[in-house]
Amino acid sequence: MKARGFLFKTIHDFTDTLEQALFAEDVARRAGVLQSLDPRAKLLGALVLLIAISLSHNALAILTLALLTFPLALASRVPLGFYLKRVWIPASFFTGLIALPALSSPLTPGAPLVTLIDSTAPRLYLAITAPGVLTALLLWLRAGTSISIAVLLVLTTRWMTLLQALRILRVPQAFVLILGMTYRYLFVLLHTANHLFLARQSRLVGRVAPAEERRWLAATAGTLFAKSYALSEEVYLAMQARGFRGEARVLQTLTWRARDGLWLAGWIGIAALVVWS
Amino acid sequence: MQDGNYAFELEQITYAYHQQIALKDVSLTIRQGERIAILGANGSGKSTLLKILDALYFPQSGVVRAFGEIVNEQAMQDEARALAFRRRVGLVFQDPDVQLFSPTVWDEVTFAPLHLGLARNEVIARAEWAMELLSITHLRDRAPYRLSGGEKKKVALASILSLQPDVWLLDEPTASLDPRSQSRLLDFMDELRRQGKTIITATHDLDIVEEIADRVVMFCEEHVVVADGAPRELLADYARLVECNLVHEHRHKHGEIEHAHHHWHRAEHTHS
Repeated sequence: MKARGFLFKTIHDFTDTLEQALFAEDVARRAGVLQSLDPRAKLLGALVLLIAISLSHNALAILTLALLTFPLALASRVPLGFYLKRVWIPASFFTGLIALPALSSPLTPGAPLVTLIDSTAPRLYLAITAPGVLTALLLWLRAGTSISIAVLLVLTTRWMTLLQALRILRVPQAFVLILGMTYRYLFVLLHTANHLFLARQSRLVGRVAPAEERRWLAATAGTLFAKSYALSEEVYLAMQARGFRGEARVLQTLTWRARDGLWLAGWIGIAALVVWS
Repeated sequence: MQDGNYAFELEQITYAYHQQIALKDVSLTIRQGERIAILGANGSGKSTLLKILDALYFPQSGVVRAFGEIVNEQAMQDEARALAFRRRVGLVFQDPDVQLFSPTVWDEVTFAPLHLGLARNEVIARAEWAMELLSITHLRDRAPYRLSGGEKKKVALASILSLQPDVWLLDEPTASLDPRSQSRLLDFMDELRRQGKTIITATHDLDIVEEIADRVVMFCEEHVVVADGAPRELLADYARLVECNLVHEHRHKHGEIEHAHHHWHRAEHTHS
C-alpha cells in the first residue's frame, strides 16, 4: 500500500482516537474508579485542583500531583499508552513552544546556565538562565497537569452526564449549550476533514510533496469549515426536531453517596497541600 | 380554513436561503392519516418543505398551521406548545449521519422521548419496543456512526419510532439503501399506514411512489407546486415528469438494437 501523507495520517489518527475515546465513550462506559463517582464530585474536584495548580509556585508539588494522575488513570481503566501519547506528549510540545521564550535572559534575567550569544560589537547577549528554566518548567508542569486532569474528567464521564452536572452546578444554560454544540461540531469537522482527504486521495497517483500537501490544505480549509458548518447546523436541527431545547437530559439519575463526598474531600485536601506547600 | 382534521395547512408560503428561492407561494393542505409523496428533482425544495412542516424553518411569508394552530417562531418559543408539537411530529432526515449524534444506539433511541419529558419507565419501554420492532436490539451499545448504511437507517427510524408521532416526515428514505433494506423500509412504512399515521415522504424515486402514497404533490425546479393528485394519474403524465426533471430520455443498447425511451431508475419497459 502506498504510504499516505503526514497530514492525512495525523488527521486520520486524531479522528480515530477522538471517536474511540470521546464520542464512542468507550472509556466512560468501563467499570473504573472515576467512572463510579458522581459527576458532580468529579467536576468540583477537578475545578478545585485546577485552581490549586494555577495558584501554586511549587514545581515539586505540581509534579507530585501530575504523577498521582497516573495511578488514578490506571484505576479508571484509561489506557496508559493513550494517556501518555495523547496528553503528555502533545501538551509538552505545545507548552514547550509557549514556554521557550521564558528560558531566555531578556524575558527572565538571572544567573546564566548556557550562554547562546555574547558579542561586543554589536552588543548582543542571549543566555538560558536558571530562573528561566524554573519558570518554563513551572509553566510546562502547570499546563500538562491541568490538561491531564481535564482529560481524565472528560474521558471517564459520559458527555450528557457531564453537561447535566454542569447545569446542576448552576453553569448558565447558554454556556452548556455552546459546549454541547462545540463537541458535536468538533466531531463533524473531523469527519468532514477525513472525507475530504479520502476524496482527494482517491484521485491521486504517486507521492505528493509535503509542500504541495500543505498548499492544498490551506486552499481547502475554507471549504472544510463551510461544509462542516452546514453539517453541524443540520445536526442541531435534528436535535431540535427531537425535543432538544438546550437542556441536557439523561436517563440515569445522579445519586450522591458518602464515597463521592470522601473523594471530593480528598481532592480538596490535596489542592490545599499543593497551594500551601 | 382552520380544521382540526388537518395535520397541516400551508397558505402561500415562500422560503429563501439568502435570496435564493427554495419554495415559492406554496399552498397545501394535508389531512390527518393521509399518505403523501412530495415529488421533485434535487433542489426543488422538498427538504425545505419538510423542515418547515417540522417547524425547524419558518417561511419568510405565508402561514403554516399544524393541527389547526398557527406555527411560527414565536409559537415554538412557548415550551408547552413546542413540546406538544414535537411529540406529534417526527422527521427522519435524509442523511442518517446528521440524525445520529449520540454515542450509542440506546442513547439515540431514548433521546426524543427523554427530551420530550416522558417518564423514565416510559422512555425505557418505548425505546426497547422500537428497537425490537426494527430488530436492532443487538446494536444497543454500538456507536451509530460505525454501523452500515442500512443499520444506520434503522436506528434513525427507531429514534423517531420511540417518539410514537402521529405524523411521519421522511426525507428521501430509500436513498443509498440496498434492495433488502429498501424492501424492509417499505414494509415498515406500510405498518405505519395500517396504524393510521400521517406519512409525508419527500422523494424523487418514482418506483416507490405508488407503494408509499395515495396522493402526490409534485414540485418543479421553479420551486412551485405544479400538480397535486393521485399517483397513477400523475406518473402517467410523462411530459410533466420530463419537465420537472423526474424522468429523462434514455438511450441504450440491447445487443445490436439501440433505442431510446423515457426512463427512471429501475422502471420496467418492453421492446417492440
